[in-house]
Amino acid sequence: MRAPRLLRTLAFRIVFVYIALFAVSAASLLYFTYWNTKRALVSEGDQTIDAEVTGLAEQYQRLGLAGLADVILSRSNRGGQGLYLLTDRLNRPIAGNLDSWPSFQSVQGNFVEFDYQRHLGDQLVSHRARGRVFPLAGDFQLLVARDVDERYKTEKLFTTTLPWSGLLMLALALVGGGLISRNVLTRLDSINRTSREIMAGDLSRRVPVTRAGDEFDELASNLNRMLDRTERLMRGMREVTDSIAHDLRTPLNRLRNRLEGTLSQLDNESREGKEIGAAVDETDQLIGTFNALLLIAEAEAGVAREAMAPVDLPAVVEGVAELYGPVAEEKSVALEIAPCGAVTIAGNKRLISQALANLLDNAIKYTPSGGSVKVAVADTPSGVALSVADTGPGIPVEARAHVLERFVRLEESRNSPGTGLGLSLVAAVARLHDARLDLDDNKPGLKATLVFPNRVTRPAPQLRLAAPAQG
Amino acid sequence: MRILVVEDDLEAQRYLVNGLKEAGHVVDDAGDGDIGLTLALSRPYDVAIIDRMLPKVDGLKLVEEIREHGNVTPVLFLSALSEVDDRVKGLKAGGDDYLTKPYAFVELLARIDALMRRRHPSVVKTRLQVGDLELDLLTRTAKRGTSAIELQPREFRLLEYLMRHAGQVVTRTMLLESVWEYHFDPQTNVIDVHISRLRAKIDKGFETPLLHTVRGAGYMIRARA
Repeated sequence: MRAPRLLRTLAFRIVFVYIALFAVSAASLLYFTYWNTKRALVSEGDQTIDAEVTGLAEQYQRLGLAGLADVILSRSNRGGQGLYLLTDRLNRPIAGNLDSWPSFQSVQGNFVEFDYQRHLGDQLVSHRARGRVFPLAGDFQLLVARDVDERYKTEKLFTTTLPWSGLLMLALALVGGGLISRNVLTRLDSINRTSREIMAGDLSRRVPVTRAGDEFDELASNLNRMLDRTERLMRGMREVTDSIAHDLRTPLNRLRNRLEGTLSQLDNESREGKEIGAAVDETDQLIGTFNALLLIAEAEAGVAREAMAPVDLPAVVEGVAELYGPVAEEKSVALEIAPCGAVTIAGNKRLISQALANLLDNAIKYTPSGGSVKVAVADTPSGVALSVADTGPGIPVEARAHVLERFVRLEESRNSPGTGLGLSLVAAVARLHDARLDLDDNKPGLKATLVFPNRVTRPAPQLRLAAPAQG
Repeated sequence: MRILVVEDDLEAQRYLVNGLKEAGHVVDDAGDGDIGLTLALSRPYDVAIIDRMLPKVDGLKLVEEIREHGNVTPVLFLSALSEVDDRVKGLKAGGDDYLTKPYAFVELLARIDALMRRRHPSVVKTRLQVGDLELDLLTRTAKRGTSAIELQPREFRLLEYLMRHAGQVVTRTMLLESVWEYHFDPQTNVIDVHISRLRAKIDKGFETPLLHTVRGAGYMIRARA
């Protein structure tokens, strides 16, 4: 689990690419040095051989074969690095410090390379040599060479070590990259964990800042400043909602009070009484719309996240359905509740009840007599699905996204009572709960489904926060 | 009954005080939390109506303070704040009921009556009676005159609530909050449908109706018309 993730990290990739580049450049540099040194050494040896050959050629021209043999003999006895061999037409050695004509390992231009046996104390060791061959008159041959064993050994050592050092370098790179990216990952993990907690609604969380003062600390403190700002904005949003609520409700309150006060002094059946009564009804409608808008604003600002608690969804369904049962019955609409087991989600019970009430109210309102409304709770892999399906006229596909907007009412329903905020409130409640709201064709009718992702696995104790006044 | 009104909106205060006096109550008023606190702690009241947002001492703080002094006067919060969790805060602070502005005066009166009745509970009743309608709280049965009435559990609770407040106006919101324990707007008047079904069970076929609709306010159960 951990290893693939480590390989995918940016830090590891950066380290890996860096090490790869480093390895390539180091290897190139080493190889260039090796190649250049080798070339210099070889050409130096070759020049010595050429100089010697020039000297020998002079002797040969002046003194002939016998003179040449004499010179070779004397040079051979000098010891050192020079190697000489003069052979006759049957390849028999005439003079020189090599016992026999060697077999050549390689031929490079005018030069040949070969191995020969050299006496080192009383031991015979194989040494590498490099030299030139000259055919002489009468099928005689001359080999002039130098011992290059030291250079050859170094070269060999170098070529065998190079791949191993490369491998070692890669291994070190892997370990180093792993360590560095693990270090980076721990820091990033703590940032990610905090962001998740904040997204879950705990805005008071902050990313930990260490004393290192590095880029991560800079990132962390920038994030924290951003969070401070977000928190301030949220609080501001709340204050704005509260003050709009307060500043609009106070005059609405006075208006309603005055109308009600006037109405109480009038005869209900008089013209004035009827007019004032109608004005009270209008005011109540205004208040209803205002309250619904405020509730949507609150739900969308996430203000109500604070009131999240375990909600027993089937119990909510049962309660709200029981409340609407007689309404459906009166309209001859069959209200069915699909049986389901206990499912608890994290949410705001009041808002979920309100959303379900809005859906049920709509469903019953638009379903003709003899139709049916089906409410179901299902525990699906993608979340807990709460659905309300009716057999009414439904909503055309192209209008479905539209009806979730505020104040939108389809032409056909313009004249039935309602604020046009019912579905937008449901949508806002869905957003507050990170839930999905789907509007589907029930063939015929509308099927509205809320899918809540935040299921509470452990059944929580029943919470009753608000104890209402009971006689 | 003595009622304390703590409200900083002077017009709302005047209206509230006049209305309560007309309804026959004795009313003291305070324009800020400081005076409200002094009054609440120095005189006995049957009910206190306290605005949620007050100058000097906030409504929540005020109630917390008087509760700390062992004062158990029933408190009704009036609030113009957004309401999703403000109700919970109000009740946690020690409030007994919570009404969001703008409210209907009849709603307020009905709630005050309910709060005051709670203040003076009569002996624990096992049987409620209004006219010839009887409700046995132990056997969970109802009968009118000699004929038994079949009631669903929720209908029983609805009738029980109405009968406990016999002779008082009970609003639709009060019923929704007390009988169903819901604090949301039910869109259509679902309560009316429940009441008409209950009415069909207890009043149909009898000469004198017991369950009355109070226009513009709610319902009331009483023996004489």
